[in-house]
Amino acid sequence: MSLRVRLAVLGTVALLAVVGAAGYVWRVRHTQVSVEAAATPVATGGALEPLRGQPHLVFRSTALGAQYGRVAVVPLSAPGGPRTFTPVSCERVYATADRAVCLSAERGILTTYSARLLDADWRPTQDLPLTGVPSRTRLSADGSLVATTSFVSGDSYANPGQFSTRTVVTRAGGAVVGDIEQFKLVVDGRTVTAIDKNLWGVTFADDDRFYATAASGGRTWLVEGSLARRTVTALHSDVECPSLSPDGTRVAFKKRGDLPPGRWRLAVYDLTTGVQTLLSEVRSVDDQVEWLDDDTVLYGLPRADAASASSDVWAVPADGSGEPRLLVADAWSPAVVR
Amino acid sequence: MYVSVRNRPHSDGTGNRGVGRRVSSTVLLLGVVSLLTDVSSEMVASILPLYLTAVVGLSPIAYGFLDGIYQGVSAFVRLAGGYAGDRGGQPKWVAVLGYGTSALSRIALLPAAGFAAITAVITADRLGKGLRTAPRDALIAEASEPSMLGRSFGVHRALDTFGAALGPLVAFALLATVPGSYDSVFVVSFAVAVLGLAVLVLFVPNLRTASRGARLGLRRVAAEVGGRRLRRPLLAAGLLGLVTVGDGFLYLALQDRDDFAATWFPLLYVGTSVAYLGLAVPLGRLADRFGRGRVLVAGHGALLACYLLAALPSGGLSLTLAVLLCLGVYYAATDGVLPALVSRLVSAQTRGSGIAAAQTVVVLARFGSSLLFGLLWSLQGPQWSLLLFAGLLAVAVPVAARLLRDVERDEATA
Repeated sequence: MSLRVRLAVLGTVALLAVVGAAGYVWRVRHTQVSVEAAATPVATGGALEPLRGQPHLVFRSTALGAQYGRVAVVPLSAPGGPRTFTPVSCERVYATADRAVCLSAERGILTTYSARLLDADWRPTQDLPLTGVPSRTRLSADGSLVATTSFVSGDSYANPGQFSTRTVVTRAGGAVVGDIEQFKLVVDGRTVTAIDKNLWGVTFADDDRFYATAASGGRTWLVEGSLARRTVTALHSDVECPSLSPDGTRVAFKKRGDLPPGRWRLAVYDLTTGVQTLLSEVRSVDDQVEWLDDDTVLYGLPRADAASASSDVWAVPADGSGEPRLLVADAWSPAVVR
Repeated sequence: MYVSVRNRPHSDGTGNRGVGRRVSSTVLLLGVVSLLTDVSSEMVASILPLYLTAVVGLSPIAYGFLDGIYQGVSAFVRLAGGYAGDRGGQPKWVAVLGYGTSALSRIALLPAAGFAAITAVITADRLGKGLRTAPRDALIAEASEPSMLGRSFGVHRALDTFGAALGPLVAFALLATVPGSYDSVFVVSFAVAVLGLAVLVLFVPNLRTASRGARLGLRRVAAEVGGRRLRRPLLAAGLLGLVTVGDGFLYLALQDRDDFAATWFPLLYVGTSVAYLGLAVPLGRLADRFGRGRVLVAGHGALLACYLLAALPSGGLSLTLAVLLCLGVYYAATDGVLPALVSRLVSAQTRGSGIAAAQTVVVLARFGSSLLFGLLWSLQGPQWSLLLFAGLLAVAVPVAARLLRDVERDEATA
């Protein structure tokens, strides 16, 4: 082939590549915009202030439109009804009566992440350390302790240990208590020091005790930890993202069992009897569940149709009976405030 | 980039051989092919952790397993690629096969769903990478003046690394435009890879390394690769590889030590790339002038400094940057210099196999050292493990220097 022919062929390939790729991206963008425009606006409720006095649910609203990603509030008496939007946007949110924690991501060429404590009026009061993709967050019942988990993802090259979590516990209005990955992990009486050790998904029991997930060597455990002793001890295997019931007797979590990677089943573990109960939700749940009350757990599920970036919050009885029911449509990251 | 590299030899007066002449257009074209391919592959690689956990829903543990596949697959394919290029005497078409396989794997990510399918696609990508590396390096060697091999490889690696640094930026810019559309990243990545493949197929000359009809037997290759001239460099490369800590571990050690490194964790790798791409050409020229073996050994001196700096108990911005700079120096002094060294120690007919053998030795040795270092880390933490490896490296460097002394006097005349 002469140089001219080869240049012509290259030009054609380049044109096809640019037009094809740009066309594809443009079509996706166009679809996203039109889906957003066509979305029926979600019903919005009244003022925030009156909601504070009654039991309510705080969540991330995933209804398409201008308020996508904003934190919203509904009364527990009418969770499916109109929602009231707060002024903040979060990827994950958790709240108690007088405090909230918000993990957010500012997307761009260089995505930056932040974690903030907010007061009852949703004003930021404290910045927390957060060093990667937001994953989980929890406050202790009185709001004095906060735990944040992020994925620290690394470069692309083939090196072991490049994907890990960071879970930091901080005292509200005070100092960082510690990165719990640095705590001593004890499994069956032995201290685990493997480099692939990861801890995530904290749920607080009191001002010192907490439960979390520990993982190493492809296994996971429910661990009970002490902030004062800086130690976590494995209680039960195959447990991820535990959540302690309001009465403190049980832990709800997701488990792998014999499911393929990336699929989990919800279960409840009784801390006193050691009995594990599978819940009636059979769809795969990748969330740290929240207790609606002592008998019911809540969790987020992505909407089944792949084109949508939306998700819903579901409820299922905590004793393995009954059926899952839709609690709040277009919602994610629920937190029950009483 | 293209222009400044071309003009560079005229603008400084280091004197001596090779100066003032241009790097062969074949080398520049292969550099452009690698640049485009690396933009394409790093686009996918940089979003893969997010994609796997956020969309496919794999846990970090499963992702770690996926990562392990990266290591093992390419080592043996690499040898096969080097030999296939030599045997047919047309390394270009083996390289085309390798680049083509990787390009196709990007578009195969679109329908791939679930762990098994994605594992298969990523394995195919790695197979392609393993296959193409040695024949491509044989082409670079074939197209270059023997006296400026170091510079040629330096130019190629600088372009290659530039692409690797650009890829993640393109991917995240794209995700900012069409949030959550990972498919868009795969499609654009495929388009860029196809463009690279087109440059390779259309413009890189099909340099023949063997005369037609004279098929190269395995025995001949084994005799050359295992022969006297290559024995000491392979031993030196293996020895140094055994005491090399993977960058992943170094970044984790930095991240463990200070919040700056943790916050900017994804950028640590970009920092190393920038240092590498800036230094690849100067160090390649230095290698041409003062000896490739010497620069290779000196690069491991920079690595030693890197371990010691990373093992200090407390960090901070300037220390982190110093570690990245040392790591960049190490890559610039070794990654392109090793094939430049080896390609002159074997005959032109077995060049691909020789380069492949050296690279495989390094990959396997580093894999072994990763396993060992991971074990040490879990037993005694990062600091002491780094110090121990620094000690081992301090012993290995003089031994390697001795093994490589005078090795370039044995240069093949073929």
